[in-house]
Amino acid sequence: MEELANLMHGFSVALQPFNIGVMFLGIVLGVLIGVLPGLGGANGVAILLPLTFTMSPTSAIIMLSCIYWGALFGGAITSILFNIPGEPWSVATTFDGHPMAQKGKAGEALTAAFTSSFVGALFAIVMITLIAPLVAAFALKFGPAEQFSVYFLAFCSFVGMSKEPPFKTIAAMFIGFALAAVGLDSITGQLRLTFGTETLLTGFNFLIAVIGLFGIGEILLSIEEGLKFRGGKAGMNPKVVLQTWAELPRYWATSLRSCIIGCWMGISPAGATPASFMSYGIARRASKRGNNFGKGEIEGVVAPETAAHAAGTSALLPMLSLGVPGSPTAAVLLGGLLIWGLQPGPLLFVEQKEFVWGLIASMYISNVVGLIVVLTCVPLFAAILRIPFSIIAPVILVICAIGAYTVHNSTFDIVLMLVFGIIGYVMKKCDYPLAPMVLAIVLGDKAEENFRQSLLASQGSLDIFWSNGLVGSIMALGLIALFWPIFNVLWARMRPARAAT
Amino acid sequence: MMKSITKGVLGAAAVVCAAQLTPAQAWEPTRPVEFIIPAGPGGGADIMARTVQGIVTKHSLMKQPMVVINKAGGAGGEGFLDVKNSRNNPHKIVITLSNLFTTPLATGIPFSWKDLTPVAMLALDEFVLWVNAEKPYKTAKDYIEAAKKANGTYKMGGTGSKQEDQIITEAIQKQSGAKFIYIPQRGGGAVAVQLVGNHVDSTVNNPNEAVAHWRAGKLRPLCVFDAKPMPYKDVIAEGKSWGDIPVCKAQGLDIEYLMLRGIFMTPGANKAQVDYYIGLFQKVRQTDEWKKLMADGAFNQTFMTGPDYVKWVATEEKRHHDLMKDAGFLATK
Repeated sequence: MEELANLMHGFSVALQPFNIGVMFLGIVLGVLIGVLPGLGGANGVAILLPLTFTMSPTSAIIMLSCIYWGALFGGAITSILFNIPGEPWSVATTFDGHPMAQKGKAGEALTAAFTSSFVGALFAIVMITLIAPLVAAFALKFGPAEQFSVYFLAFCSFVGMSKEPPFKTIAAMFIGFALAAVGLDSITGQLRLTFGTETLLTGFNFLIAVIGLFGIGEILLSIEEGLKFRGGKAGMNPKVVLQTWAELPRYWATSLRSCIIGCWMGISPAGATPASFMSYGIARRASKRGNNFGKGEIEGVVAPETAAHAAGTSALLPMLSLGVPGSPTAAVLLGGLLIWGLQPGPLLFVEQKEFVWGLIASMYISNVVGLIVVLTCVPLFAAILRIPFSIIAPVILVICAIGAYTVHNSTFDIVLMLVFGIIGYVMKKCDYPLAPMVLAIVLGDKAEENFRQSLLASQGSLDIFWSNGLVGSIMALGLIALFWPIFNVLWARMRPARAAT
Repeated sequence: MMKSITKGVLGAAAVVCAAQLTPAQAWEPTRPVEFIIPAGPGGGADIMARTVQGIVTKHSLMKQPMVVINKAGGAGGEGFLDVKNSRNNPHKIVITLSNLFTTPLATGIPFSWKDLTPVAMLALDEFVLWVNAEKPYKTAKDYIEAAKKANGTYKMGGTGSKQEDQIITEAIQKQSGAKFIYIPQRGGGAVAVQLVGNHVDSTVNNPNEAVAHWRAGKLRPLCVFDAKPMPYKDVIAEGKSWGDIPVCKAQGLDIEYLMLRGIFMTPGANKAQVDYYIGLFQKVRQTDEWKKLMADGAFNQTFMTGPDYVKWVATEEKRHHDLMKDAGFLATK
């Protein structure tokens, strides 16, 4: 009950007129930042951090976290409209979101994405409010072996749940692993696969790969198909929001499952990216309409968006209570906390009650504010697709190039982005799935790092992955997910056999 | 007509040249200044650089804005190469950590501090030996004895590979004869949490990376790798201050290691430009925000410029080379 009293006090802090103003400003800036690929939440928060030094820490963190929420909402916009995910966790949103836009249902897709984000975030905030101390203790159980098992589960659920031929999926994934290996090997401190060049030092950044593979690849495909967007009929009807809302409660099961996956991934802290992929993969298997996934199924937008936001929100908890940032954006926020003289750690909740509960209360309010802001703009965003391709394509190209350049301030990255664009086009033409490759680029180096850390600790014995109940059960889940299609086939064979006897 | 224009241009050019030739007594930035961090967001160098940016902005210490840019690729090699390749651009400065020495030595990435123009040492970061508070070890001696008996199964967590934390671990092994399994992690905060979760047996975290867990009663500091105890007397946890942590030398570990938090400029910078930045950082050091950062992180507040600084850096590079050679960490050419 003490939590509730604290929360109410937090609301009184967050609802001060100045803080509400700061919230609106933050959300609008965040959406703008999210729309520009490359200029993701982390950069946006970093650029605006100095602006907040004159505010009180509570107002400052409210503004910065609102930029973060805004960027999360904004990331879905480009994924759906142009197939360009601005952040790693919006990749899975493109799978069904963009086909929906191509069918002229951009408004529905955007509404579903924004609403699901809101639901996911809300679920995570309620969880933070109620069981924050338990959650912090759970996060401590994750050593390298447990971390690896989570990544393992993400990869397996993707291979096992995918509808593409498994060998094409695995081939694409391994290309991704190879690309993720370029740069510094963090275990030995040596450079790998750089061929002595200085430009490859930094490895392949995920954003550049994704902007190229998805964004540029999509433009190349559109050019081939006659220089026009297939979403041209998108309506400007404001009623679309209400119509979509009427449809959404049908997917309550997917939504709840995605919330749970998201919260778990956010706390562990594996982050929002595996959460969104895992949730999409499982939804595809579990749904009755699973065969339509990838062709513009609204459930395929709901699943990843809900999980990503539940994870993104619950990831703030390990950051506040343990000082470990779950994402680059969280890392910048963490730096901000230290600059304002707040020490993230177990005692933050005890010593800085006003700040912590003000922040949690602001999460409730700012998500509502964010939802209102983005939903009112849905018809506007959807209308972007009515602009002729010959005008919008060059604009997208320029924005993509700026985005790729911003990542490292390097012109080489723009060339790299174009190369990835051609790779993406060729892969699509040959029916190789892009998603497993992207997943491997994003998580490959982290998975490898945790695998090798585990083996260092166990002195080479693989037993460490079965050494306790937690890691063992996650690994077992992973194996089940991987071999699910085989189980399915066996099951199908056994049943007629039994019927015959 | 054409001739007079040419003449005018030539005249203007001559004036510009003259202005550059005369020793500009008071140089000032005319464009935004890029502050490069050769490390990722959220780490010690990042927090320090962003605090400086905040102080400069808040107190209007510079007429032009200061922009902080992370270039962490290749263990910081990306950032250092960027500065090295920006000869004669006085609008770019870089904050260093030990990777100024360790990255070129361990990876062979072609740069050295001699490529850059030294400006000032801002502070030195301390290293402390930490264990989980649930464990019975009260002194570094107890812990090292236990590690010896464990026959090389104790795990030391640290930031990065072949960087400062692993160099200290090597030095401990050499001094004491105890063997550790070194497990590299990505950032100091993650290292401390692995220790709280009992996934490793000890760490050599910087004070500010572990202080929150110390205050919460989860971690225990055993000794500090410095010549004398830290000067901070405010009580932090269990009735102890930073100043109460004994030096490792008194515990039989004769190891001193401090990490440089210093500023360098691009190659070819002149004295007026270096002096400008020295003046700027002296002003930063006077602010309350800076003093708080120093006290919170229990920094060693040595400030050096000019020949003293160059000499210090040269000695440290030699020392890193020797330590890393002994440990077999040097890049094979």
